[in-house]
Amino acid sequence: MALGVTLSWLILIILIPLSGLVWRSSVLGWSTFWALATDERTVNALRISFGTAFAAALVNVVFGVILAWVLVRYRFPGKRIVDAMVDLPFALPTAVAGIALTTLYAPNGWIGSLLAPLGIKVAFTPLGIVIALVFVGLPFVVRTVQPIMEEIDKEVEEAAATLGANRFQTISRVLLPGLTPAVLTGFALAFARGVGEYGSVIFIAGNLPYVSEIAPLLIVIRLEEFNYPAATAIAAVMLVISFVMLFVINMIQAWSRRRYGYGT
Amino acid sequence: MEVRVQNIRKEFGRFPALNDVSLDIRSGELIALLGPSGSGKTTLLRLVAGLETPTDGTIYFGDEDASRKTVQQRNIGFVFQHYALFRHMTVLDNVSFGLKIRPAGRRPSTADIRRRAMELIDLVQLSGLEKRYPAQLSGGQRQRVALARAMAVEPNVLLLDEPFGALDAQVRKELRRWLREIHDRTGHTTIFVTHDQEEALELADRVVVMSKGQIEQVGTPDEIYDAPISPFVFGFIGQSNILPVRVENGQLWIEDRSIGISAPGEDDGDAQLYFRPHDIELLDGSGGCIAGLVTASRRVAGTRHVELDIVASQGKVEIELPPEKTATDRSRIAFRPTRWKLFRN
Repeated sequence: MALGVTLSWLILIILIPLSGLVWRSSVLGWSTFWALATDERTVNALRISFGTAFAAALVNVVFGVILAWVLVRYRFPGKRIVDAMVDLPFALPTAVAGIALTTLYAPNGWIGSLLAPLGIKVAFTPLGIVIALVFVGLPFVVRTVQPIMEEIDKEVEEAAATLGANRFQTISRVLLPGLTPAVLTGFALAFARGVGEYGSVIFIAGNLPYVSEIAPLLIVIRLEEFNYPAATAIAAVMLVISFVMLFVINMIQAWSRRRYGYGT
Repeated sequence: MEVRVQNIRKEFGRFPALNDVSLDIRSGELIALLGPSGSGKTTLLRLVAGLETPTDGTIYFGDEDASRKTVQQRNIGFVFQHYALFRHMTVLDNVSFGLKIRPAGRRPSTADIRRRAMELIDLVQLSGLEKRYPAQLSGGQRQRVALARAMAVEPNVLLLDEPFGALDAQVRKELRRWLREIHDRTGHTTIFVTHDQEEALELADRVVVMSKGQIEQVGTPDEIYDAPISPFVFGFIGQSNILPVRVENGQLWIEDRSIGISAPGEDDGDAQLYFRPHDIELLDGSGGCIAGLVTASRRVAGTRHVELDIVASQGKVEIELPPEKTATDRSRIAFRPTRWKLFRN
């Protein structure tokens, strides 16, 4: 019963729209599809989308884990407010975030004007895209890692200390390895979100073809040109790459979860 | 290694957890810290480990002042109530951890570490399970891994914090006997904390009874049970009855009746009479005894537990009788404690 409901729901919500996509691109025929998919502008857009999403997810893993640690282990005034702020990127319309970030990082913005003399350009470059994706992806890492961190007993750290481990050894050999499955989940979610992100990126990216144009934007451009086959081809390629990457991450995660016995 | 605790005081904020505690622990001894929760027993253990810093006082390991050393430098083994195993490591990796993380100069070779860890896994009877992860073990097995891990670093002293507290009764009994065996074989100076008096009395060479941040009594299990030196110890260890009595010319009285116990040398005045339910003799007469009316009677294994309302006063006591002795409701029973102790308020 539960399985039936789950499957029907998955088919209705995810599989039917996606198979429509696959079906539309299969109508193109392999050679047309391949030509569209390997078009230089398309390849660059895909490279930028996946590259920036990957970079942003990495940044989020580092700082998200630190932020989660501070929220779990430290007590400070205003902690609840900081905790609530983490979720803001979930709720804020992404266009608002994009415009705010662009205003800050534009060469005449608060932060942009400080970076400009150093020769660092953020807005209207791939770096700007990474910053926007870091913003939207942060809560995914924090919120997946946080509950697992709360589960870590202070006693595990004390046990490491009694065995002679210094702080660095305790963190690198005991605490972080124990968090691996959760960190991977957070990474996967932030990465997936980054690949599909549109609203916040288009404002800060500048959208220069071959340089800072992301794949979702290119799809919209093709649609506006009524070039449906090209739009479908890009979408299909994104779908396949995303699925393969998420699948691999899921496998790693399931494997480590089984070993470490979380949730048992 | 011998451990000496000298005039230790520990406050958490304003709350005094330990108040001027001194204790000498002999080398190779298995000693229990026993007390109700909040008595400071775990705090004392954690102070010896170096997981807490004393507000005042000194702790010596042998002749060395250990209180200035960090927990890492003290080289102790600590076993936690909830195991605190590293769950991303196998049993073997857990046990080897303390040796593997040593700086290169003091670290045994990889082969030596492995051999030593395997010996310990064998000692705790987990051979064949060294490749398992903690999640794949039972509670009792996990605690044995924790013990092997603690012993791997050749600790100066082995500290166990309610080691069997999270296990069910059957496993607990087994592990208790087994811990005694391991101790006799390895000879580590061992301190363990428990609130279970049966565990402390059965397992330890000496028992330290603690209450409200102070040591009430230190002694062998026999001394603690047979010669408690304070009302707290008498009441906390085993079953006990308390009756208000009066001392007059070396004789004990309840209200206007003499109960046939003489206490030569005791000053006149009010006192509390403490005795255990099984340390009594039944009497037939009506003078020189304590008389009571039966209010309840329960058969517990080989004895009959009888609750009495004392006739002469408002007191209630429970005594243990042979099972063949019947005790019908409201019938009268006269007895006299054979072993007892007086405490003044």
